[in-house]
Amino acid sequence: MHLVLTSRILGILLMIFSLAMLPPILVAWIYGDGGMQAFTIAFGINVIAGFFLWFPARRYRKELSVRDGFLVTLMFWLVLALFGSFPLMLSEQPGLSFTDAFFESLSGLTTTGATVITGLDTLPHAILFYRQQLQWLGGMGIIVLAVAILPMLGIGGMQLYRAETPGPMKDSKLTPRITETAKALWYIYLSLTVACAFGYWIAGMSGFDAICHSFATVAIGGFSTHDASIGYFDSQAIELICVFFMVISAINFSLHFVSWRRNTLFYYWKDPETRFFLAILIAAILVTGITLAASQALPESEAWRRAIFEVVSVATTTGFGVDDFSTWPTYLPFLLFSMAFIGGCAGSTGGGMKVIRILLVIKQGLREIRRLLHPSAVIPIKIGRKPVPDRVIEAVWGFFSVYIITFIGLQILLLMTGLDMVTAWSAVGACMNNLGPGLGAVAANYGEINDMAKWILSAAMLLGRLEVFTVLVLFIPDFWER
Amino acid sequence: MKIIILGAGQVGGTLAANLASEDKDITVVDLDAGRLKDLQSKLDISTTQGMGCHPNVLKQAGAEDADMLIAVTNSDEINMVACQVAYTMFRTPKKIARVRSSNYTNLKDSLFKSEAFPIDDVISPEKAVTNHVKRLLQYPDALQVLDFADKKVQLVAVKTRKGGLLVGHELKDIREHMPNIDTRVAAIFRKDSPIIPQGDTIIQEDDEVFFIAARSHIRDVMSEMRELEGSYKRVTIAGGGNIGERLAKDIEDMYRVRLIERNYDRCEYLSNTLHKTIVLHGDASNQELLLEENIEETDVFCALTNEDEANIMSCLLAKRLGARKVMALINNPAYVDLVQGGAIDVAISPQNSTIGSVLSKIRRGDVVNAHSLRRGAAEAIEAIAHGDKRSSKVVGRAIEDIKLPEGTTIGAIVRDDEVIIAHHDTVIEQNDHVILFLVDKRKVPEVERLFQPSFMFF
Repeated sequence: MHLVLTSRILGILLMIFSLAMLPPILVAWIYGDGGMQAFTIAFGINVIAGFFLWFPARRYRKELSVRDGFLVTLMFWLVLALFGSFPLMLSEQPGLSFTDAFFESLSGLTTTGATVITGLDTLPHAILFYRQQLQWLGGMGIIVLAVAILPMLGIGGMQLYRAETPGPMKDSKLTPRITETAKALWYIYLSLTVACAFGYWIAGMSGFDAICHSFATVAIGGFSTHDASIGYFDSQAIELICVFFMVISAINFSLHFVSWRRNTLFYYWKDPETRFFLAILIAAILVTGITLAASQALPESEAWRRAIFEVVSVATTTGFGVDDFSTWPTYLPFLLFSMAFIGGCAGSTGGGMKVIRILLVIKQGLREIRRLLHPSAVIPIKIGRKPVPDRVIEAVWGFFSVYIITFIGLQILLLMTGLDMVTAWSAVGACMNNLGPGLGAVAANYGEINDMAKWILSAAMLLGRLEVFTVLVLFIPDFWER
Repeated sequence: MKIIILGAGQVGGTLAANLASEDKDITVVDLDAGRLKDLQSKLDISTTQGMGCHPNVLKQAGAEDADMLIAVTNSDEINMVACQVAYTMFRTPKKIARVRSSNYTNLKDSLFKSEAFPIDDVISPEKAVTNHVKRLLQYPDALQVLDFADKKVQLVAVKTRKGGLLVGHELKDIREHMPNIDTRVAAIFRKDSPIIPQGDTIIQEDDEVFFIAARSHIRDVMSEMRELEGSYKRVTIAGGGNIGERLAKDIEDMYRVRLIERNYDRCEYLSNTLHKTIVLHGDASNQELLLEENIEETDVFCALTNEDEANIMSCLLAKRLGARKVMALINNPAYVDLVQGGAIDVAISPQNSTIGSVLSKIRRGDVVNAHSLRRGAAEAIEAIAHGDKRSSKVVGRAIEDIKLPEGTTIGAIVRDDEVIIAHHDTVIEQNDHVILFLVDKRKVPEVERLFQPSFMFF
């Protein structure tokens, strides 16, 4: 355990993060509708705080151990969320309380997209831009976290993507060094963002909206600059572009990398996780579309249009809206919401439990059934014709159960604060899966619920984003022993 | 003809025995002096003890004037190097090697040529046995199915049973039953002695009939001989060795396959490489295991371990528990006659399959294909008729005019892509592939001579 080292890293991180205050300052200067002062102060606080964390430890050089990795990863989100909340508190509009500002900031950095703010359309541009930028930066962190760091820590079966990777990513460490990998992924992330923004702009968004929404789309975040979210634009072209980029961003970024390197789309088709992901997306769209059309609440073409958008938005855990799906007929709200538990593919910006884990859990279940039929059979679990080591299956099972238990625990805590059943269930689900909007009282935003609940939900976002174990390991006494 | 055989194991031993009985000079090379002694006491061969790929050992075995080297040791690498050494040091004209690993055989064309590994023919006994079993699964009623002329023609051995339309009738009646289908019965074995079929020969129950027909007609002809069984769906394989693994891999897409293997580590390996097969850990002679896996629903039970006794016992057990058909891999020729046709439906003799693949390479130039039948007693040959009416004893002659050795029949002729079932007045043309059946393999040299164009007239 090297606390001094951790503090040095966080200090550097904070100083770099302070640069994130500069673009909003620029935006405030262009539009001249306020926020300039708040961001300038926040910039100062960040630089100074970062400097004081870094300065005493600046000469301390040592290799990071795996244990430090857990702590740094958690602190990364926690410290950035804390310091990132300053502009939201300092600015006259929206003028959030500390609790609300922290919730909003963490929601952005974890790409959850749950908001406590109403009346987005009247906020200063700088604040709006800053929220989107938080998601974008968070998404970038997640990609590196998911592709480079989590496999190294071996969390919840993600070592699968380290050595024993099935399918195309034989050498799953894309390039030999983490920094190189991170750089390559950053390029892909940036190109996707640029492409997405350009698409939005062509399809009719203003330049500001196009950039802001591309940030939230590629990061699978879900923040918008309008209360009505994507529905504000009421444009089928924009919705389709959005759907396309949500799906792309929910696919493993290693696949993007390999496909781009080798210049072929073949790997997408070969990857069992991607195939399974697309299959469940299509199945859910069909079921939702048919039900919506049959219920006659909407004209048929409109029903399909909304079904496609909402299913993709919720299943990828983005959380953009064109319609309030919590008011859809019968089982649809629950079905869509359950899709968020599956979430995106491993190594993507998507949340949820990740498609590969669900796939493995299903296969494990089928294996148990087959074992009942053939008690003496030796049945391996295979992904794409490659056997998966039992150690990985165990890790996935462990993750699955801890995820569920944590979920139930958090829900009980929420119920204690006085929320109703549906709100509590969906709020934990929406935050832990990094989805955003929930059902019941949190269908649109989280402004109405009590402060205690917001803190609990902040924990849920962090737990979900960091794959539960990264956070839980810090609560084990052994972790702190020297 | 002088032949050196490397390896005195199953394959090497059988080859030596078969070839020695054909008046060939055989030298067997092996590291194990005991095994060599055993062989030498049974067969009229010479032996050399030593590492088969070492030049001095090869020299001692007489490689300098050998016509052929057959490398069938257990190691692919030794076999390959031996061929290389024989080629480089002794210019041995013909080199045959057993190569098992698909890592090599997949690159056959680029690897096995004179610049790399000078191997003329690669044989794989496992593959031969696997193909044999596969064919049996494909034709549930046959005892043996052999391919000729790129699988256009097949020779099928079948046991007649009650319910066959022709059983109890004269052979020529088959033309009335099936006017559109041409076939020729090449030989009939009744109580293990051969009968040369004539038009008025009456087919009896339990005859072993060998007939030749185009591939698409096989099932129809078979229905003349016995009531046809339905096709197979569920196959249980006992023993996950090389042969079991290969067979399971080949057939798992067509049948529902279960594979029983005793060794747990091997089970894990098998379950990782096989995708649809259910790999079971346990003993094939464990009654509980067989019952648990619904042995009574199994269409075919194949025992393919390398222990004859275990294969026989597990087959007997499976049969008693209700398996429809059981097949056992049996190495010991003495057992084959003992069990075949009794409780065990088919005895698979790996020697037969292996020797078949070597035989065609040993036969003189014009023989392109040879199969050993009935434990090596009989043989089926595909020969090309070269020359013209003057130089050849077969070209330009009707079949009834050809002086075939006794017990030999011409079954079919393949001319370009056309299959002609032989009749007494069929005239053989140049470059025809002639498929012959020899009841007695001692007549092989006579047939070889028959197909060798003589140059006396020039």
